[in-house]
Amino acid sequence: MIKLEPRGQHSKLMAWLSPVLAGVLTLVSGATLFALLGQDPIEALHTLLILPVADLYGVSELFVKAAPILLCAIGLSVVFKAKVWNIGAEGQLLMGGLIGSACALQLIDAEGGWVLPVVLLSGMFGGALWAALAAWLKTHFNANEILTTIMLNYIALNLLIWAVHGPLKDPEGFNFPESAMFSDSALLPTLIEGTRVHYGMLFALLALVAVWVLLSRSFLGFQIKVLGLDARAARLAGFREKRLTWIALLISGALAGLAGVGEVTGPLGQLVPQISPGYGYAAIIVAFLGRLHPVGILLAGLLMALIYMGGEMAQINLGLPIALTGLFQGMLLFYLLACDVLINFRIRIPALAKPVAETIAIQEETAR
Amino acid sequence: MKRRQFNKLLTGIAAGIGLGTALLSGQVAAEEPLKVGFVYVGPIGDHGWSYQHDQGRLAVEKHFGDKVKTTYVENVPEGADAERVIRNLAQSGHELIFTTSFGFMNPTVKVAKQYPKVKFEHATGYKLSKNLATYIGKTYEGRYVAGYVASQMTKSNKIGYIASFPIPEVVRDINAVQMALNKYNPDAELKIIWVNSWFDPGKEADAANAMMDQGVDVILQHTDSPAAMQAAERRGKFAVGQASDMSSFGPKAHLLSVIDDWAPHYIAETQKVMDGSWESSAMVEGMAEGAIVIPSFNEAIPADVSAKAQELIAGIKDGTVHPFAGPINNQAGELKVAEGEVLSWEELEKMNWYVEGVNGELPK
Repeated sequence: MIKLEPRGQHSKLMAWLSPVLAGVLTLVSGATLFALLGQDPIEALHTLLILPVADLYGVSELFVKAAPILLCAIGLSVVFKAKVWNIGAEGQLLMGGLIGSACALQLIDAEGGWVLPVVLLSGMFGGALWAALAAWLKTHFNANEILTTIMLNYIALNLLIWAVHGPLKDPEGFNFPESAMFSDSALLPTLIEGTRVHYGMLFALLALVAVWVLLSRSFLGFQIKVLGLDARAARLAGFREKRLTWIALLISGALAGLAGVGEVTGPLGQLVPQISPGYGYAAIIVAFLGRLHPVGILLAGLLMALIYMGGEMAQINLGLPIALTGLFQGMLLFYLLACDVLINFRIRIPALAKPVAETIAIQEETAR
Repeated sequence: MKRRQFNKLLTGIAAGIGLGTALLSGQVAAEEPLKVGFVYVGPIGDHGWSYQHDQGRLAVEKHFGDKVKTTYVENVPEGADAERVIRNLAQSGHELIFTTSFGFMNPTVKVAKQYPKVKFEHATGYKLSKNLATYIGKTYEGRYVAGYVASQMTKSNKIGYIASFPIPEVVRDINAVQMALNKYNPDAELKIIWVNSWFDPGKEADAANAMMDQGVDVILQHTDSPAAMQAAERRGKFAVGQASDMSSFGPKAHLLSVIDDWAPHYIAETQKVMDGSWESSAMVEGMAEGAIVIPSFNEAIPADVSAKAQELIAGIKDGTVHPFAGPINNQAGELKVAEGEVLSWEELEKMNWYVEGVNGELPK
């Protein structure tokens, strides 16, 4: 039997070095894997990690890919701090895209600067509404939010599919499941001419700062964190648990909704059945990889986006199958989590427990 | 017509795009291999739609040898990612790019504007421009033959149809089966279940079992997984395979498979780009062009039935048989196509009504 026991003290240095260590381990294992497959390991890693962002267009695409993941992940960091397990960012994103699209299609003949804000706000409202359902079920019926948010994801997806095959379908689109293209006044402007990077990335950065202020510098954020650390202490201090749950879920839902409406009004320009290839789920990983800290989330979100793009590059330039990049992504996550665990815990094998001090010293060394 | 104006507009825009982007697409010297790119919506191992396209790609490699270099990107979501993937292919010197799913239409249009020297072909869509062509298989021809065989093999006179989404292609194929039933076994009833997915083995198996519970003994499908074939095999019923040869999933149940064979199209188009004779057009290819194939019939099918099926195939190939030959009524009994006429491709392309005999309403 192998046991994990908590280390007495946490090493601040190692906490920061852990992602670096995980990165190095991934690179080494990845290089070995590519070499075994007969690829030049340096070239393969270069294609996966550098080539996608080797020019301005690549960098802009990195932001296009990262924006929705970041928006969802930042929102999730708020609820997760309150230990409210919202697994429904995907559904909230889809509802944001759906309600925002419905609004944009209603305003398809409208012009003027007010159109886009109305569309964006309606998208945020859609996401918040979907999160509000989970908040209501949790605060009124004590329904487990993990279950309700997951189930609401499927309802949102089916609502979207229904809408895009029905009321929102392009009347001149030969019955194909997609909406008409939105009018220009409902489209997010691009940040750099000739690329697809749009205001969504700006919103993500603003949200990062806002959430950082909220959690680190405001009383509300303090209450949310106390609720997460110890619900009983929060209650004793007179914090209103239900109200905090509502607020955290609404923030999270609104940001996911913004991610969704940002996709339809940004790179897509219309409502399609596949707004999201699972951004809401990827955001859960990103939120935890970033340790629920805004800077960490930013880095983790960009890394996640880079790995997706690297997978496409590896297929185009090296003819590597997509399964291999999936393996590479999995390795990175595995090493990151393993390093985190081994920094906070040490491995103990009770059967070999005779010279305790000695084994721990050895294990600590191997863990490093 | 609206669509034509739109196409003209697109052509105009594509032609009008400046030289700046043209420089980006790059010139490839004559002795270098032609780079051909493929974008797939699913994994190449899906044993259905994307698998068949990849078989076509492999056929191109085999046919041209050193003269081509092919690249594919699989599992590309039909959202914001598609445009980047297509652009990266164009940017890295691919001169001919096939995007093989309907959801890639608008991304392909956008990239085609930016790379006027690269040739693009989009499967199953309807938007054209000077360097963007479309292609689609006349699956309804195969489906008509399958409908005939089903009409002869059913004992309960109940035939099941697992449908994906109510787009023209699927509606057209349901109608083709009904046309065969109307002609060869008017007592047979077609039961349709919409699963709202192209590939969902769980749902497809559920649909197949639900239909067999209701007495259905032949199942057709317009979805890509072999789940229905396997369910039919377990319960001793018959099924018709879709997109790729599904005989291995139900040796006894498998009546026939209607196969999309993209190889002739991909080889021909690659050749055209090599010759410099490629031109944008909306290509519709069926049994006559070898794009739709029924490679084998189950031995359980009586000899006269399979002989008649072969006759139908030959007739479709030489044009004497058309699945949508008049008279055709719609569900309300109104005459849509008069005796002696056939539905044209323009009408079939956007078909959104059921022919007489189909039960239930078309989902809107």
